[in-house]
Amino acid sequence: MSYFTPYSFKSFALGKTSKVMDTQNCFHCGLDIVAEAEIIFDEKTFCCNGCKTVYEIFSLNDLTSYYDFEKSPGATPQESKNKYDFLENVAIVSKLLEFEEDSTAIISLNIPHIHCSSCIWILENLQRLQRGISISQVNFIDKKVRITYNPKEVSLSKIVHLLNSIGYEPYISLENYETSRQKVDRSLTYKLGVAFFCFGNIMLLSFPEYFEVKEFWLDNYKPFFRWLIFMLALPSFFYSASGYYVSAYKSIKSGMLNIDIPIALGIIVMFIRSLVDILFDYGPGFFDSLASLVFFMLLGKMFQIKTYSFLSFERDFKSYFPVAVTRINANDCEESVAIYDVQKGDRLLIRNQELIPVDGILISEKAAIDYSFVTGEAIPINKNSGDKIFAGGKQIGKIIEMEVLFSVSQSYLTQLWSNDVFQKKVKQKHKSITDQISRYFTPILLLIAFVGFSYWIFRDTNTAFNVFTAVLIVACPCALALTAPFTLGNVLRILGKQNMYLKNALVIEQFAQVDTLVFDKTGTITTNEKSNIFYEGKPLSETNLIRISSLLRASNHPLSRMLYDFLPQKGKIKIQDFKELTGQGIQAKVEDDFIKIGSILFLGNTQKSMLLQTAIHIQINNEYYGKYVFKNQYREGLAELFKSLKNNYQIKVLSGDNAGEKEALEQLLPQGTELIFNQKPEQKLEFIKQLQDAGKNVMMVGDGLNDAGALAQSNVGISISENVNIFSPACDAILEASQFKKLHYFLRLSNKSMLVIKMSFGLSLLYNIVGLAFAVTGNLEPLVAAIIMPLSTITIVGFVTIMSNYYARKLGVRIKKLEVRS
Amino acid sequence: MSVIYLLISISIFVAVAFFIAFVIAVKSGQYDDDYTPSVRVLFDDELKKVKSEKLKKLSDYKKTSDS
Repeated sequence: MSYFTPYSFKSFALGKTSKVMDTQNCFHCGLDIVAEAEIIFDEKTFCCNGCKTVYEIFSLNDLTSYYDFEKSPGATPQESKNKYDFLENVAIVSKLLEFEEDSTAIISLNIPHIHCSSCIWILENLQRLQRGISISQVNFIDKKVRITYNPKEVSLSKIVHLLNSIGYEPYISLENYETSRQKVDRSLTYKLGVAFFCFGNIMLLSFPEYFEVKEFWLDNYKPFFRWLIFMLALPSFFYSASGYYVSAYKSIKSGMLNIDIPIALGIIVMFIRSLVDILFDYGPGFFDSLASLVFFMLLGKMFQIKTYSFLSFERDFKSYFPVAVTRINANDCEESVAIYDVQKGDRLLIRNQELIPVDGILISEKAAIDYSFVTGEAIPINKNSGDKIFAGGKQIGKIIEMEVLFSVSQSYLTQLWSNDVFQKKVKQKHKSITDQISRYFTPILLLIAFVGFSYWIFRDTNTAFNVFTAVLIVACPCALALTAPFTLGNVLRILGKQNMYLKNALVIEQFAQVDTLVFDKTGTITTNEKSNIFYEGKPLSETNLIRISSLLRASNHPLSRMLYDFLPQKGKIKIQDFKELTGQGIQAKVEDDFIKIGSILFLGNTQKSMLLQTAIHIQINNEYYGKYVFKNQYREGLAELFKSLKNNYQIKVLSGDNAGEKEALEQLLPQGTELIFNQKPEQKLEFIKQLQDAGKNVMMVGDGLNDAGALAQSNVGISISENVNIFSPACDAILEASQFKKLHYFLRLSNKSMLVIKMSFGLSLLYNIVGLAFAVTGNLEPLVAAIIMPLSTITIVGFVTIMSNYYARKLGVRIKKLEVRS
Repeated sequence: MSVIYLLISISIFVAVAFFIAFVIAVKSGQYDDDYTPSVRVLFDDELKKVKSEKLKKLSDYKKTSDS
């Protein structure tokens, strides 16, 4: 499929050249190597012990070809101690398994890291790493690996640990637990196969009719051929096209005229007319057109579905939840239980980086909980023993114990997502362009049919019926119905290649209508990764800086890591009496000095005025020196993007922060950009609503966490993400953060694709007019129909594909020029 | 000319046979993933024979790092 980079071909073509040593990047994972942490093993450099271990595992098992297909394809294995303990629980495992028998078990595991041909290769060679695995097969598009193993020789938890140890950590969530045994729906493939079978054979058998050779034996066999064609048309009519009847019926029932009504009507009329034709020997009927129509329509549908399935977007909160949690029983022993079995009053053990599954009360002395998943606040919140902790938070740091207050189904997060706002609008607020056209199409079509009928009925009853049916047949909006799926599907593909993932094709149409853009500040127009750091306070000497950096090196807190990366001096002095107080700060003795780094409260200072900023304070030997303030770093290309957007859209920036950055923003952004600060999530939502009430079409760009409500409320919600595997369920599109500056290009391309659709509609109407001219004059021969219908379909599909690619390239070139100029 | 009945029925029979083959292929899941096989087919038997000395070196390394 063309929407994947052909990694394999690239690397095959280059030959096995990736053996060239790269001193800058890790041989396994490709990350930059911090000079002190560099590990050299077997003439290759690694960034950490984890990566080295994976390489070691592979080289001991003759699997180093892994590194030949793609350069640095790996991922650093994560600590998994105890994380998969629940896989020892037989009841949970049997729920996860796809198939289970005495000596055979099959499991499908979702592995987000699957991204290249090396991944496919290593995962399909798992049996060389672990006895008991017989087959493992990768489904690249679904990012899944299906493993067949012998449960007597190897347990599931062992397999999962193995995968984890080689950097392919599977993602097991509550979703797997509930739907592990789902059936794959292959009905469309069958329908398409049947349609093609009928279409091909009918075409072949129709040839004698097309040429109308007046030959004795051909005339003799005409009835035979016709009835044979009729038989072949039956499966196409009754089975392959059945989806259209259902859809048409539904749309009539709900009072909305969609494009499937004229399609279904056309097919049915075509079938009946053809049956009458061959029954009374009027002619060969239109079975060939019918079969080709059904086939091409299904082909279009298939293309659409294939494009979407790669983006597989539909996830709910279940996919974020763990399958099982660790419960502490009365006699202090730990046990893994399925999440639905958790009862009120249970004591749970939550480890580092685990999600808190239910509301509860903290038993352990202290905890730092990251609620970014629910509120968007990236900095962990500190809780003390006895505090209430809410579901959806992530535990950071050491193991904590908690007591459960509710069972899972009543819990906060479940409520959060069943909240009206987060329910993605059930009724579609947007009518697709095809549906809009078909609203007029169907009545006009019927009008023409009846006018033609009433004109002919006084002259010739027979012709009148012919005309009536011919109009409905020839005007069948096949080309019309295929225009949008092919154009939008193609654009979707183009966007997907540039790391802009849309929920569905409708989003493109919505893009084209947007007139107001609302940006969230934190995490959207600012990056989370690089913060602008500056120092305020008494100057620090070189030795002190080295000591501070040595101390920072020992801490894992994100702010410590950021500051460590920022400081040019990299200290490696041995430290003593190191102590880290979660959420407060770190302290240790470095050579002769006692250094404390952390929040202002940690240093024993109670000045509250400084709490407005994110800062780390430094104290050496009880002397306060100063603080490092973390300022927001704006995304690359922000100013240029806003400047170009300014001409076509109204721009507003919402922020949950205080107005501290106001001046900086005003300077950066073009004049007239509205800046609004101190907005809570509900206020953001309200703000969008007000804009919409004022008749605006609003696009919200956010990070998808603390503005989930606003994203859902807006006409189009885009979530900016550093990692496209993690996203908010409320948004319509995900944009990879590095592509942020291309936003205007995406909007332009959407506009152009709507133009392409309109042009193509014009073209297909032209075909319809020609066809109708034949039909109302009573001259529609089966041969004419058989030529016009596939011809229009093919030209339309070709036209929209070429045009949308043309615009994508043209706009892309413009972007490149702009980049060069700036 | 009645041979045409025979010929047509043979051709239909062949067509149906292919159709059944198609249904079986779909049922077995061959059409579920149309990307991975295209990569898989390009893999040779990629196993690298690590030279014995290299293996020795590796195990030596392991010993030293274990101790």
